[in-house]
Amino acid sequence: MTTLPDTTRPGQKKLGLVIDLDTCVGCQACATSCKEWNTQGYSAPLNDWDARGADHSGSWLNRIHGYEVKEKGQAQSRIVNFPRSCLHCETPACVTVCPTGASYKRAEDGIVLVNPDMCIGCKLCSWACPYGAREYDEVQGVMKKCTLCVDRIYNENFLPEDRIPACVRACPTGARHFGDLGDPASAVSQLVAARGGFALLPEMDYKPVNRYLPPRPRRDATTLAPEALPRGDGSAMDRLFQWADGLLAGHAGTAPAARKVSRVAAIKRRVKSAVAAVKSKSRGKK
Amino acid sequence: MSAEPHVTRSPKSWDEIKTTTCYMCACRCGIKVYLKDGRVSYIEGNRDHPVNKGVICGKGSSGIKQHYSPARLAKPLLRVGERGKGAFKEIEWDEALTLATSWLSEVRRTDPKRLAFFTGRDQSQGLTGWWATQFGTPNYAAHGGFCSVNMAAAGLYTFGGAFWEFGEPDWKHTKYFMLFGVAEDHGSNPIKMGLGKLKERGAKFVSVNPIRTGYSAIADEWVGIRPGTDGLFVGALIHELLAAQKIDGEYLTRFTNAPWLVVEKPGTAEHGLLARDRDGNTLVWDAATRAPASALSPTATPALMGRFTLKDGRRVATSFTLLAERFLGDDWKPEAVADRCGVPAASIKRIAAELARVAFDEAITLDVPWTDHLGRRHDKMVGRPVSMHGMRGISAHSNGFHTCRMIHILQILLGTIDVPGGYRYKAPYPKPIPPGIKPTGKPGQVKPNTALPGPPLGFVTAPEDLLIDEHGAPQRLDKAFSWDAPMSAHGLMHMVITNAGLRDPYGIDVLFMYMANMSWNSAMNVPDTLKYLTAKDEKTGDYVIPRIIYADSYQSEMVYYADLVLPDTTYLERWDCISLLDRPISEPDGPADSIRQPVVEPDRDVRPFQTVLLDLGARLGLNGMVKEDGSPRYPGGYADYIVNHERTPGVGPLAGFRGADGKAEGKGAPNPDQLKRYIEHGCHWFHELPEHMKYYKHVNRDYLDWAVGFGFLGKADPIIFQLYSEPFQKFRLAAEGHGSIVPPTEHRARIRDHFDPLPFWYAPFEGEMVKAEDFPLHAVTQRPMAMYHSWGSQNDWLRQILGRNWLYMARETAAAKGIADGDWVTVTSHHGQIRAQARLMDGVEPGTVWTWNAIGKRSGAWALDADAPEAKQGFLLNHLISELLPERGGGYRYSNSDPVTGQAAWYDLKVRIERAADQSGEADPQFPTLTGIGRTA
Repeated sequence: MTTLPDTTRPGQKKLGLVIDLDTCVGCQACATSCKEWNTQGYSAPLNDWDARGADHSGSWLNRIHGYEVKEKGQAQSRIVNFPRSCLHCETPACVTVCPTGASYKRAEDGIVLVNPDMCIGCKLCSWACPYGAREYDEVQGVMKKCTLCVDRIYNENFLPEDRIPACVRACPTGARHFGDLGDPASAVSQLVAARGGFALLPEMDYKPVNRYLPPRPRRDATTLAPEALPRGDGSAMDRLFQWADGLLAGHAGTAPAARKVSRVAAIKRRVKSAVAAVKSKSRGKK
Repeated sequence: MSAEPHVTRSPKSWDEIKTTTCYMCACRCGIKVYLKDGRVSYIEGNRDHPVNKGVICGKGSSGIKQHYSPARLAKPLLRVGERGKGAFKEIEWDEALTLATSWLSEVRRTDPKRLAFFTGRDQSQGLTGWWATQFGTPNYAAHGGFCSVNMAAAGLYTFGGAFWEFGEPDWKHTKYFMLFGVAEDHGSNPIKMGLGKLKERGAKFVSVNPIRTGYSAIADEWVGIRPGTDGLFVGALIHELLAAQKIDGEYLTRFTNAPWLVVEKPGTAEHGLLARDRDGNTLVWDAATRAPASALSPTATPALMGRFTLKDGRRVATSFTLLAERFLGDDWKPEAVADRCGVPAASIKRIAAELARVAFDEAITLDVPWTDHLGRRHDKMVGRPVSMHGMRGISAHSNGFHTCRMIHILQILLGTIDVPGGYRYKAPYPKPIPPGIKPTGKPGQVKPNTALPGPPLGFVTAPEDLLIDEHGAPQRLDKAFSWDAPMSAHGLMHMVITNAGLRDPYGIDVLFMYMANMSWNSAMNVPDTLKYLTAKDEKTGDYVIPRIIYADSYQSEMVYYADLVLPDTTYLERWDCISLLDRPISEPDGPADSIRQPVVEPDRDVRPFQTVLLDLGARLGLNGMVKEDGSPRYPGGYADYIVNHERTPGVGPLAGFRGADGKAEGKGAPNPDQLKRYIEHGCHWFHELPEHMKYYKHVNRDYLDWAVGFGFLGKADPIIFQLYSEPFQKFRLAAEGHGSIVPPTEHRARIRDHFDPLPFWYAPFEGEMVKAEDFPLHAVTQRPMAMYHSWGSQNDWLRQILGRNWLYMARETAAAKGIADGDWVTVTSHHGQIRAQARLMDGVEPGTVWTWNAIGKRSGAWALDADAPEAKQGFLLNHLISELLPERGGGYRYSNSDPVTGQAAWYDLKVRIERAADQSGEADPQFPTLTGIGRTA
């Protein structure tokens, strides 16, 4: 049994991710960039086994699942891509269940980490986590989990803009956001407030820090009122002719009306463009 | 708190970071490669790069596993047993190149066209096409013919640009984005970044696609269209807009050929051609003078509609009149198309209304003055913030050319090409319509030991440009630029092996391919393709395709069918240029190009293919590849070529850092320090256009002048959009017997019907030729977001994400057949049958089944275990797709392609599905396990 630090004081930093389910296309960029960084970073190695075979598998800290859901009253289903990783709970069962103290929650920023030197691979934490966020590395015999790229976010070898988790750095649609969810003024907290961000399984009371932003309502036949362009009486071709005639008169058309060209102005322009043509020819010869 | 272990805050897990360019798909994003102890340790996106601006995708982040793949080839291989059996011996490079030279020089000395040189996902077509030209064979193309030539050609013949890398939506300003038939990776990061921006701004995103996965999953509106019917949907949108006069009259009048006059003299050789004055200028009807005037007259007031009589008595109509007459017809009413395309009429009407509202009521203006081609100064840039993009789902049908052209017509009617919020060109586009390059390889142009007089590929505008003999017979092995597919600007790679195997139109001596898995997932009809690859001539006992040279980095299924294997490097081990002469990576705001640099040295006996090609060229003594004394012109290999090759004086593969001081852009003398300068600049170069040149480039005088100076255009003439395409009418007239070059009788109806100068819709061929009751379902493939063809699905990490494929189908469709989730099913086409496992879903058009492409692998290939799920449960639809259409009258079999461009019609496939009687087992067909090439550590 491992104790949790006191993270209830005001101003407590709660670093975490905000993941936008409205823009996640399921491209796997966050999953593979995570694996790529962490297999050489804090979590090294993230092993693969039977990599060319039939029973191939490996340890990953972030996996993307695609679900097809049919909401009540909707004719069409919706496909939701759902990235899953550690939510860095405020009261994580995976920590309290750890018999060696290998699993711990950092007081400084709330990140939940595994100290590989102390992990005995008993897997109690992965049983305790209701989110399935922990992965056992079969080769190393050690539990792995999202570190929020603890080796990137404070790393002064990176430019400030790159001191973010690898998954956020990679995400092409900008669906992943990183920041302090303990600070109501932070950009991530504001985003959660604006978009109705939600926590997963709040009823279990582990108080996840990460938030998910829900898909925006669709704008299709199921939500929009029918509309159609007006159709005048008589022949559509005749009306189009009238419209084209109107264009000539300079008062019809959906575009800004063409400027009337006066005779004198036209001649001036013609001369100007002839001069320009000569100029451009002589330029070309140089 | 002291109990917490110490965690280093600023660890440095790398020794060095080098920039280069990704090759995990065709986006060509900028990457930063981290190196530790001489090995690649991490790859991230380069924030300074114009393409990806720092992001990276699932494929790019798995590049490390591509680079260290056990499937890498390690040494040149020479076949020692029967072809296809995997019996090879390793040989030295000198022996390999000597052998290749002997085979190639014999072909060149006798008949150069008996070399077929085809490349796959080749990003060096600037070099490979030039090499073919210098060799003297017309039988060259890259993979465009089976990828998306319909899309490229439709754009280039209509507005001088195209979707994909020739342009992109104005992500910053667009308010309404329609995405047609885009597989999930195409293009990868730019589309994903763009969608993220649209979502943030609340712009509406409509996806037109039979399948609601990937990008479509996050669309505000999903239009689950039936495959091959997009043209009906788009035509009905055009109908609605015309009927309500919600079109941009000023834009059409000034920037398109809408007001140009078309001769109406049925039955004569000039019917349907554009009326011209004595100087050859096309004409408009000047409403002010009530007389014809030159189409580019700055003073005329062109009438957009009407029929008129010229002084010589000829009747003429504006081309817009003809377009309006077509699309205002009752057969384009939403109600008339709804059942066939599977989109309710109400939805079509609503989308048309939304398009009109955004384009016209929500128009935007940028306070940027600019001057048009007629010298008229405009105070502002008017933008119609509707943008569109399309790709494979439009392209890979036999009606794809006209469908894609129809999408462009819709864009143009709304006035949205290269305006703020619309589609934007990327340099070097716009180009003249079509670009002025003609294909070569006519009779008399292919001669022993002689270069071709021009490039093998180009743009046909009249029957005179075809590569045919006096009997109308094709001159190219793939029958490109013949009556079979006159405007096949990218060739027909999918026909090369079949035609060589059938010696139709002739046999070849050497098949030389690069990076194209043509014995497997890039081939239609795999079983017969394997037959052609191994068939022997009964008389000589030699193979019908006598010699096959194949270059690749990996042990793909194709490697096993080569006689000589030339192992390529990985993308992190070589120089490359992403050139404006090839497939550009420019941005709408200006031209860009980039390089790859070797970030690590190869640890195997492999050589970069481009260097090998230049070496072969020098050994063969090809023009431009040897100096006057016969020594190699580019002894430093591809890097030497990239820097020093000049296509025309001052124009080379890279546009940046030219000239002795490295300060010239576009044109300039070769700069010996050019690559060094690129590396200093993160391996890329970008030239930002000034604000007044960023839009309306097709008619923007300052842009056009600049483009001439930069070498993108020959002349600063405006690019006037061709709603009505005169080259098509020329083919139609030929089919009606006019002119000196007319199609043989048996081809006439097909040419007449499909060379309509205005776009139209016809049912995809396969569906027309088989009975709907026998093959009621459409079957298509998509590329998974995290994979790029067969490369991606062999990657250790990516195959953990997707190690096999399934046949996805709608629940209701499955229920009607008693098929449950996970059941084995048989899938039958007119051509063959496969066994696969079904998965049920809702987000698919009920008449469509689909799967991920290129996941199914042949057992033993790609250094995967023989029982890998890719081989045992994974499958290909390719086995069901015939490369030839069923026989027509007279017994002739056209290729399974678009009749205009020769685009492979992969998505025309029709099938029936039954629950398999035997519910155990594995995917079928299974081919013998490939053996004989070891793994590379």
